[in-house]
Amino acid sequence: MTAIINVFLKEGVLDPQGKAAHHALDSLGFDGVSDVRIGKQIIINLDIEDKNEAKAQAKEMCETLLANTVIEDYTIEIA
Amino acid sequence: MKVAVLRFPGTNCEFDTQYAFEKLGHSTEIVWHEEVTLPKEIDLVVVPGGFSYGDYLRSGSIARFSPVMKAVIRFANEGGKVLGICNGFQILTEAGLLPGALKRNNNLHFISKHQTLCVVNNDNAFLNKCTQGEILNIPIAHADGNYYIDESGFKALEENNQILLRYCDAKGKPMVVNGSVTSIAGVCNASKNVFGLMPHPERALEAILGSEDGIRMLQGFEV
Repeated sequence: MTAIINVFLKEGVLDPQGKAAHHALDSLGFDGVSDVRIGKQIIINLDIEDKNEAKAQAKEMCETLLANTVIEDYTIEIA
Repeated sequence: MKVAVLRFPGTNCEFDTQYAFEKLGHSTEIVWHEEVTLPKEIDLVVVPGGFSYGDYLRSGSIARFSPVMKAVIRFANEGGKVLGICNGFQILTEAGLLPGALKRNNNLHFISKHQTLCVVNNDNAFLNKCTQGEILNIPIAHADGNYYIDESGFKALEENNQILLRYCDAKGKPMVVNGSVTSIAGVCNASKNVFGLMPHPERALEAILGSEDGIRMLQGFEV
């Protein structure tokens, strides 16, 4: 199974990179951009066949290392 | 005093830190990150600045799992004194020894300059040789120094006098440098034995190099 993990700064925590990109998009004339948030995607290949087990494993990885839950949220997609 | 200075792959302030404490008359030992124990009869552990593990993933996030950090966490939990400078501060927040987290600077720049700091609380083992409200001139050099803590965490810091330093102008008025919550530059834990700050006191020991205000800060640990 493959775990696709997205890590983003929490809502309410200012995302300076998102803000800079938002400003650049505005400057380039892209109208209607209400918010830009920049995060990171981590793709992990797991030698696990069971989907639930893979998700549990990925969650533990996020809580331990991949996200700093003081400032970041994460989502996990198993494919 | 006997001081252990940690070294991770990517650390680059270990010799400055060693020089600083030896200049103040203390013995020091550099400890490699793969060590599972700290040297015996240590009075202070310093986690120095640098770019441990290239700042990959998040600054300090990988170093905090080094074997030596298990020993440091044990040492701190037993009341041992620990000081994290710059990347060391980031490692200590990642390790959960200090509250909050350090984000990318709001202006996305690496900021490297002399900066005035205001001493917020001095009733602790670190800043006791400084006076409350005193203005210090200490270099900063970081990209991820934007201290974040949520509202309840911030209240706890204030109530327990855990805020050590704030970035300020020459008159002592707090100023925005990197986007830190209320311009915080350094904090300690609730039991006041673990300290972290982004500025580099070990780089402020000689008047000819711009400032010697770092001396009184580091002398605080002398009993």
